[in-house]
Amino acid sequence: MTLQRLAVPGAILAGIIALALAPYGLKNYGISILGLWAVTTIAAIGLNLTLGYAGQVSLAQGAFVGIGAYATAILMAKGVPFGATLLLSGLLCFAIGWLLGYPALRVQHHYLAFVTLAFATLAFLVFRNEQWLTGGIYGISGIRRPVILGWNTAPERAYFHFCLIMLVLVSGFVWWIVRSPWGRAFLALRENPVRAASLGVDTRRYTLMAFAIGAGIGGVAGALYAPLVTYIDPVPFALSFSLNLLLMVIVGGGGYFFGPFVGAMIAVLLPEWLRFAQGLYLVAYAAAVMVLLVFWPSGIMGILDRLLRPADPNQGAAR
Amino acid sequence: MESLLYLVLAGLMTGAIYALVAIGFTLLWQTSQTINFAQGEFAMLPAFFMLVALNLKLPLWLAILLGVGVSILLLGLAFKRLLVDPMLRHGVLPLAIATMALAIFLKESVKEFYSAEAQRFPSLFPEQKVDVGGAMISIQSIGVFLVAIAAVVALQLFLSRTRTGRSMQAVAQNPTVARILGVPVERMILLTFAINAALVALASALVTPIYLAKFSNGEVLGMAAFVAAIVGGFNQIRGAIAGGFLLGIVDNIAAAYVSTQYRAAIPLLILIVVIMVRPQGLLGRAEERTV
Repeated sequence: MTLQRLAVPGAILAGIIALALAPYGLKNYGISILGLWAVTTIAAIGLNLTLGYAGQVSLAQGAFVGIGAYATAILMAKGVPFGATLLLSGLLCFAIGWLLGYPALRVQHHYLAFVTLAFATLAFLVFRNEQWLTGGIYGISGIRRPVILGWNTAPERAYFHFCLIMLVLVSGFVWWIVRSPWGRAFLALRENPVRAASLGVDTRRYTLMAFAIGAGIGGVAGALYAPLVTYIDPVPFALSFSLNLLLMVIVGGGGYFFGPFVGAMIAVLLPEWLRFAQGLYLVAYAAAVMVLLVFWPSGIMGILDRLLRPADPNQGAAR
Repeated sequence: MESLLYLVLAGLMTGAIYALVAIGFTLLWQTSQTINFAQGEFAMLPAFFMLVALNLKLPLWLAILLGVGVSILLLGLAFKRLLVDPMLRHGVLPLAIATMALAIFLKESVKEFYSAEAQRFPSLFPEQKVDVGGAMISIQSIGVFLVAIAAVVALQLFLSRTRTGRSMQAVAQNPTVARILGVPVERMILLTFAINAALVALASALVTPIYLAKFSNGEVLGMAAFVAAIVGGFNQIRGAIAGGFLLGIVDNIAAAYVSTQYRAAIPLLILIVVIMVRPQGLLGRAEERTV
């Protein structure tokens, strides 16, 4: 029993150590891909909170990553220290997410998909057209990696370790939220909003909260993304990025804590290993997603969950 | 700067195409709660079916006919049977997400297996221009407009004057009662999917000579269909028609008077405002809220 109880934390610890050691066997390019995975995972974790736990469809997570990345790049160019830009990026996206969530309160949930779809497209237009602010199609280059408490993260390996630490921190934060009364309210919102309201859950506030926190985490991912690639332009933040993030969450398993990790792995790392397939990869990926959705709508974590614990008496709503 | 009259006339032409794509989108929502995020790709793909037929040296009319037929089979029946039927029991949102994956699948397949380059597509109509009250309008635009209008009118007549059409409306309004009254609900739903496929295939044949055939065409057309359908009223066919024309005109005027850079932003802003102020759309009935 104690052994079983230690299994999950032990596996997580082993995973973190393995990830921390991974860069020592890789060239710079491989390390930067791992960094990209960590940052994408953070963005997907944010979306998982909105979509997987609270059941609100957002097609704007990619736009929030973009807003975070541009905010950080612009502020750092003005001399603002990275720690402050990281915080500001998160808060900015939290605020925008809060405002954008309002339409979701007025109408049926599928409208939120369209509002966020429109927002993501609008954000892309602003990134591309407001040359005075974002550099337009030329983007912003020469984004420096920060020195954090005397630790210079300029080398590829150091910045990956920094991203990994942030991933652990964000994961811990979300782990805590999901288990807090808020997280339970999010689940109630997803499972049965009418009943949640009748039990005294303030559905309006929690819908906004779920959406805004998810967006804020997206902003943090963006703030980490900018120094990772050192050059940003509008192209990566097009609508298709938001769609991809959504599919990552679904493929990994919406509402499962480790779903985004798996989803981002499939979307970021797998194409690198399968480079020879090139364009075919996306065709096969999209086809595989449809098959997965038809047969196992709870995603890969859902399949694992069923395989690993067929009869767990403690199988509560929070997974 | 072109005259306002020209912009409105050009807007009606674009709007007729948008309406065709938006009507199908609305039909699918009404009869089977399918929010088809691949609707734009549905309007992009048939042109490539037709191009394949043209490459086999078939005449244009036959290619278009074949394209419509293949579309009905693949984008209508196969889409319904293979994706919508198994997904619908999981709920509205999983199905919507599955159609997003379908959109990526169709787009990337065309890019990979046909071409990433824009392809020329022959037009049904001559290129000459005629004078309409001082505005020079191409015969092509007028032809596109007339064919699209004819299709919309034919659909309306079918829905209101024939027994099958009225059964379809009954299914859209209340499937349970329709079933009790002996309407073959399943067959009617399948028929709406076939009609949607035929409409998008027609839109594809009409619009592709102007836009050229490209794998990414669906992004613009799809967004236009969503906006038209929602602005007009998600649950009304005439809403989709009105929304399509409104959007076409606004689109053309915005491109001329606002800025070409932010042309695409205007319809989106209208969408957001409509959802915030009048979520049932300009012509729609209010739907019950979930909360």
